[in-house]
Amino acid sequence: MSYSHAPYNKRKKWLRMLKQLRTNIWLYILVVPGIVYFLIFKYLPMGGLIIAFKDFNPFLGFLRSPWVGTEHFARLFSNNDFIMLFRNTLLISLYKIVFYFPVPIIIALLLNEIRLKLFKRTVQTLIYIPHFFSWVVISGIFYILFTTEGGFVNHLIEYFGGSSINFLGSKEWIRSLLTTQTLWRDAGWGTILYLAAITTIDPQLYEAAKIDGAGRFRLMWHVTLAGMRSTIVILLILQIGHFMDLGFEQIYNMLNPLNREYADVFDTYVYVAGIQQGQFSYSTAIGMFKSTIGLILVLGANYLVRKFGEEGLF
Amino acid sequence: MKNKQYMTRHITDGFIYIFLASIAFLSFFPFFQIVINSFTTQKEMLERSLILIPHTFSLEAYKFIFSGSSILRSLGVSTFITVAGTCINLLFTTTMAYALARKELRARRTILFIVVFTMLFEGGMIPTYLVVKELHMLNTYWAVMIPNAISAFNLILMRNFFLNLPEELFESAKMDGYNDLTIYYRIALPLSKAAIATFALFYAVMHWNNFMMPFLYLSDSHMWPVQIWLRQIVMLAAADFSDVGFATTVPSQSIRMAVIVVATTPILLVYPFIQKHFVKGAMLGSVKG
Repeated sequence: MSYSHAPYNKRKKWLRMLKQLRTNIWLYILVVPGIVYFLIFKYLPMGGLIIAFKDFNPFLGFLRSPWVGTEHFARLFSNNDFIMLFRNTLLISLYKIVFYFPVPIIIALLLNEIRLKLFKRTVQTLIYIPHFFSWVVISGIFYILFTTEGGFVNHLIEYFGGSSINFLGSKEWIRSLLTTQTLWRDAGWGTILYLAAITTIDPQLYEAAKIDGAGRFRLMWHVTLAGMRSTIVILLILQIGHFMDLGFEQIYNMLNPLNREYADVFDTYVYVAGIQQGQFSYSTAIGMFKSTIGLILVLGANYLVRKFGEEGLF
Repeated sequence: MKNKQYMTRHITDGFIYIFLASIAFLSFFPFFQIVINSFTTQKEMLERSLILIPHTFSLEAYKFIFSGSSILRSLGVSTFITVAGTCINLLFTTTMAYALARKELRARRTILFIVVFTMLFEGGMIPTYLVVKELHMLNTYWAVMIPNAISAFNLILMRNFFLNLPEELFESAKMDGYNDLTIYYRIALPLSKAAIATFALFYAVMHWNNFMMPFLYLSDSHMWPVQIWLRQIVMLAAADFSDVGFATTVPSQSIRMAVIVVATTPILLVYPFIQKHFVKGAMLGSVKG
């Protein structure tokens, strides 16, 4: 009867909580499956990261495999592949920021100039579609269009007197192809948030600017673009925050032995080292390195968003 | 002076229309090419470089695809994963979102933090694979549906949606003796049909397009969804970098195109419904919770 020794108000608190639990029992029942899901499929793998510091042996399991300290990390950082992976990640991300990021802004600005409703809606309908294609389909389309075996693009090059280029099987072209894919899939879809930002601009601003003698270009620059500024800043910072996430599905489907050197990134490397070669601990260490840098970048990005006076994401 | 201004205005307008029209054209042209070419013969494809209207109409490629069992079966598999997976997603997402939207739930800040943190940091591919393996889910369809039963992002959007339902509804329902389970499915769910439809479509597209999970977790080719077959047929046999000896088994270009068309048709069929909803869905995110 130990509870009878507990201080009176502590017991009362327990009883209150019990009563709260009983009257709202269904709320707790409804929330439990979700919590269990997150614990098993999100937090258990996080706990599984300990094998990055162990020599994981499937027969011994997570807990009984022997510790090896930071051996796998040392191996990663001293490996030449690490420099390759880092360079590829950096370059592909940079390509995205330079060649992809401004495009949706420009398209949104121009769409805003269109007064013909039907034209605007048709353009919007068409440019959103590629976003819903799977990466396998997109890669498939690119394979067919860019192949040297009668692909449309090489036909075009030959028609204009050039000689055909092996886009798919050469390392010089792979990063441009990946950037083109991203551009094709998401440039249209990316306009949605900018167009939403444009709708929140006060029409009086346009009137005032017109009275001050602003021409069309000045209206676009000083009113529309200025009204999109905070959205642009947030999305740019987020893009930088996700600089490690280049997407397994896209890159893996474009990789082949001839272009691997220029396009292999952390995710695809982890797959080969872990699933194909069974180096579970080493590949987990690589994955952990990637996730940690990702976490730092996202937190840093969020800090910057707040610093710019915008509402952070969390 | 005035006249000149109108002129320049019309000229810029013209440029903008032409520019946007070409962007729209580029967005659909590659896929359009694939569709058109899939309906013609291999012979015509070799003779003509650009085909806008095929001279010889042929269903050969489609006949070939549907005569074998593997693509047909994979379409069935994809359909099953999409339908069952989406149901699981909706069940898990709406129940948890509803509970998290109610003030009576204690520790909901803590639970929300647990959810949000998974958007920032993850165990990654290998530890997740090992967990799925330990649960004996490898080579079962559970493996491609359960490990992403809830998207943290969708969960938070759904919760925000429930938060915006008027509080009095819940209070009066409680007075009438409803418990939270009945409130959930008699009041909260019927009032959020539009939002749920949006999430259902997005989840469904995710399942249909998913490549990574079946690729990781299903090694038995009888269980492969259409995306994996697509990769086998279109990419692994591409002549640009594979061995010459492989050439005998290379599927013809028209078959590859037909497979792409078949794998994409369901997406194009639901696209009008998605389009109706996704702007609304994007707006849901902006509502403060």
